[in-house]
Amino acid sequence: MPIIEIIFYLFSTVLVLSALSVITVGNAIHAVLFLILSFFSAACIWILLQAEFLAITLVLVYVGAVMVLFLFVVMMLDINVTSAKEGFARYLPAGVLVSLAMAVQLFLVIWTRGMETVPMPAAEGEDYSHTSAIGELLYSEYLYAFEIAAVLLLVAIIAAISLTHRRRPETKYQDPSRQVRVKREERLRIIKMKSEGEEG
Amino acid sequence: MIEQLTTLLWTMTKITMIVLPVTIGVAYFTYFERKVLGYMHSRRGPNRIGPLGLLQPFADVFKMLFKEVIVPTNANKFLFLLAPLLSLAPALAAWAVVPFDDWLVLADIDAGLLMILALTSLGVYGILLGGWASNSKYALLGGLRAAAQTVSYEIAMGFALVGVIVLSGTLNLTAIVEAQAGNIFTWYWLPLLPLFVIYFVSGVAETNRAPFDVAEGESEIVAGFHVEYSGAGFAVFFLAEYANMILVSAIAALLFMGGWLSPFAGIPVVGETILGEGGVHWFLLKTVVFCFLFLWFRATFPRYRYDQIMRLGWKVFIPITIVWIMVAGVFRVMGWFGG
Repeated sequence: MPIIEIIFYLFSTVLVLSALSVITVGNAIHAVLFLILSFFSAACIWILLQAEFLAITLVLVYVGAVMVLFLFVVMMLDINVTSAKEGFARYLPAGVLVSLAMAVQLFLVIWTRGMETVPMPAAEGEDYSHTSAIGELLYSEYLYAFEIAAVLLLVAIIAAISLTHRRRPETKYQDPSRQVRVKREERLRIIKMKSEGEEG
Repeated sequence: MIEQLTTLLWTMTKITMIVLPVTIGVAYFTYFERKVLGYMHSRRGPNRIGPLGLLQPFADVFKMLFKEVIVPTNANKFLFLLAPLLSLAPALAAWAVVPFDDWLVLADIDAGLLMILALTSLGVYGILLGGWASNSKYALLGGLRAAAQTVSYEIAMGFALVGVIVLSGTLNLTAIVEAQAGNIFTWYWLPLLPLFVIYFVSGVAETNRAPFDVAEGESEIVAGFHVEYSGAGFAVFFLAEYANMILVSAIAALLFMGGWLSPFAGIPVVGETILGEGGVHWFLLKTVVFCFLFLWFRATFPRYRYDQIMRLGWKVFIPITIVWIMVAGVFRVMGWFGG
């Protein structure tokens, strides 16, 4: 299947180049956009692996929701490009150390799996549903891992809310239930008076 | 190789056969909007170009295309020109999974509903980037408002769709419509009535239409995200907005109103005649009715205040959807609807 291979190399080139650009471009907005592009290319590669449910979920959750908020925040910040580049030499050793550690981890994972090439998954029939296959796996074999991940996310949500939710007496806000309850008599006063024309 | 090429050509033909009617539909939706609003305001609407003003949309399109494309000073030129396309592409791509009849669909994929949700959530990038790249305060504020609103209502919209998934037990749009077969009372608008209302109102908010159009609130921020756009860029933004409106109407018709199924099916005498048979015409009719609702809302309701929009989305819609998903689960387990 040469066409599939061409598509695969196209998307992987875009993925690698855009991932590189995320850390090399100066403008923060452009970096976020390149990150979005790399997520999207990764989703396209997953579709080539027939994991369409995961791919669409990646686009829906990361590209459609998380990165919108990311972009939203970055747009509101006034980031100075020169000051962001200042500490490059100072942070270089730490950066190299972190990337070395990550490289070793990746290497170890691949080493334990063995270096043999993983075969392309066989094409399933038309009525085979990958969505229900992944559902069955998640709710039977990997139930504990799934539930633990869900609890972790819940804890993160509650932590995020409790960290940012503090009482600030100086902020003014509308109380919608009071607004809805308001009556005409509280806002409007009808005055009876003669019209000007009657006197003259 | 030849076989792959013919498949490619045939798919391209099918795509053209969907995109062309959608584009023409958008053109006449603008005409329909101006006529409907006109009559609701006791005036006639466009009636000068062509019989009954029917050529007005084309006159508008050509006027837009022949205008000069102006890029503001210090704008980010590449993103400024890319943004309208970024909002148009997902609006058109989502039509790939919409089934018009039980055999008439371009891509009958397994996760069709999820695909629609993912693609409609991408449309906000065009608005956000258009607002940012214009290098204008009003455009930036409009873009930020649009993004905040879309993200908030997407959650309610997604939860409303979860109710449909619970009852039908599938993500495939064709299968969802087939699960509603029976009569008009087995369509999902009845068991999922709150979700149906929430879905459509969230759809109005997602497309930034009145009464949720603070993103282009002209009294505060001139025209919002597209204030700096002229000519073709402006036209493409509007094409995307109207294509999204038609898409939301079509999805509402598919998920809650039985898609191509006939409303007369299942009724003793009338249901056995030709009126009882499903078909594309029923789907199109339902879509047009929902499109009309968009215009009716615009002519009826004053614009919501920003904090009211956020309150409605987060504090009213999301709790109701979560409760009704559980109710739908009870329906499913008791076997009252679907299943």
